Amino acid sequence: MRFIFKTAYDQDIRLFQHGGQMFWYGLLGVALLAAPFALSEYVLSQLHFICIYAIVGLGLMLLVGYTGQISLGHAAFLAVGAYTEALLQAAGVPFVVSISCAALFSAAVGLIVAIPALRLKGIYLAIATIAFNVIVEEIITRWESLTGGNQGKLLKPIELFGYKLTSGASFYYVCLALTVLCCLALINLLRSPTGRAFVAIRDSEISASCLGINLARYKAMSFALSAALTGIGGALYAHKVTFISPEQFTLVQSIEMVTIVIIGGIGSLHGAVLGAAFIIMLPQGISIAKGWLPEAIPQVGLQSVVFGLVLVGFIIFEPYGLYGRWLKIRTYFDVFPFYRRGTFRRQRTYLRSERLR
Amino acid sequence: MSFFAVENLGVRFGGVVAVDGVSFAVQQGEVYTIIGPNGAGKTTIFNLIGLIYAPTSGRILFEDRALTGSPHDVAARGIARTFQNIELFEHATVLQNLLIGRHRHRATNLLEELLFLPRVRRAEIAQRAAVEKVIDLLDLAHYRDSLVAGLPYGVRKVIELGRALATEPKLVLLDEPSSGLNPDETDDMAFWIEDIQKELGITVLMVEHDMNLVSRVSDRVLALNEGRVIAEGTPGEVQSHPAVIEAYLGGGE
Repeated sequence: MRFIFKTAYDQDIRLFQHGGQMFWYGLLGVALLAAPFALSEYVLSQLHFICIYAIVGLGLMLLVGYTGQISLGHAAFLAVGAYTEALLQAAGVPFVVSISCAALFSAAVGLIVAIPALRLKGIYLAIATIAFNVIVEEIITRWESLTGGNQGKLLKPIELFGYKLTSGASFYYVCLALTVLCCLALINLLRSPTGRAFVAIRDSEISASCLGINLARYKAMSFALSAALTGIGGALYAHKVTFISPEQFTLVQSIEMVTIVIIGGIGSLHGAVLGAAFIIMLPQGISIAKGWLPEAIPQVGLQSVVFGLVLVGFIIFEPYGLYGRWLKIRTYFDVFPFYRRGTFRRQRTYLRSERLR
Repeated sequence: MSFFAVENLGVRFGGVVAVDGVSFAVQQGEVYTIIGPNGAGKTTIFNLIGLIYAPTSGRILFEDRALTGSPHDVAARGIARTFQNIELFEHATVLQNLLIGRHRHRATNLLEELLFLPRVRRAEIAQRAAVEKVIDLLDLAHYRDSLVAGLPYGVRKVIELGRALATEPKLVLLDEPSSGLNPDETDDMAFWIEDIQKELGITVLMVEHDMNLVSRVSDRVLALNEGRVIAEGTPGEVQSHPAVIEAYLGGGE
């Protein structure tokens, strides 16, 4: 067990709390940088997806896990990012500018969604965001002159400072760099006043507002930031799949994103990344398992069933997701042999005051 | 000219008149207590002051300026409050709760925070230093890094007081600070309220049932019944006022 002796306030603010963390994250960083040299093209391609979904997961985690606002329409922001990237690339805009525009335009759309969303809570907000998703999908399908409708849009490989990034490894480094940047931005945000305001809104809107937090402004900010990250993810997604069409951005995609957040562990950035990895690896696992299954089990729809079961299983048995499970395992070894089953049991909450209307 | 004044305040929920033409004024630096039986409208007055409800009539003046807008505007003017049922941020540590209390003193913007510029780090350390003063005052050092969700009721009550103090208010509204506390904890609470008044110079407006606590700390007391003022004066005067005795014990026919 590690005891940290604190002598300065800065110790609670800095990125790494102790040398052990720095070592392990350093090791992870080296492993991620070395990955293209050791892994096959196929596995590397899965890593692309993990990075992209991690960025999207981080965006949604900020909104759902930290601000407590549910969204079942995030595929719409993914679409906005993807189409912005596709159109700007076709217009000859350099990648750095076009992906920034994808983020900014998604953020702007996020602000527009936030206006009605500020008045809604819980299940009603979820329904409103579903509606938003359907609307965006419909706009993309019908506005053929701009988006190509159901025929979709083709993308060329990224061109960065005159180099065409055609290889899997070069695209991987772009994805990895953006994932790390997004992570850092969110870590910074969460250790400063804005991040704390988000958490305050999640836990008690009434006392957040009584402490001077402007609910409307911070909720809108959270929506915009979340949409911006999802937009960046969307732009990378568009390059990854090289062909985008409306049916990639449906409600099912949105639900899959929420699944990332829940399976990973609500309220932790680690969770977003772990959830993304899990969601990408699960279909691989299922297709491997298919070979061992008896003929009698139908192969069609197996994936949806497993997804559903996994989600329900997590909600019942591990509401804090993969990251919560990891924390428990770590604590078990930290305090071995004194771990008690009740350590992480949820405490009762006391009466709540009247809600803000 | 007064520090804080409520003039002819009234609110009606459908057919129920919860607060009916209440007026009172609080002087800077005093502890002013509102008492009254259940349903007298005490907490409703707090919610009106906090702009959580819109009054049907009357107005609220703070430092000779009307209090208007949204709840966050009240905080910006330097009024902090605690809640009867405790409204802490459960899934955050005590330290984070108190830091959220510093929100109205934030000195950095979103862009700086995303990049965590050195300026943000300096601002954060300054906020932390301010919070540590509150932790020292209320003796919370032991709980600094614990999650609120696991702490006992009495401690939460103190944390909520601490969070209100972290905002560095001019006026603090305490909604039943002693409810749910044992006699020892109530004693500590009385001690802290005196500290807040005398050492920090913060004006206190509170709602309270425990008459021992009320007599000990209050400079003046206002008694309410069914939304109306029935008596005002020193704790002794109000306690022996016939209308107050009737409201609590029933009239002698």
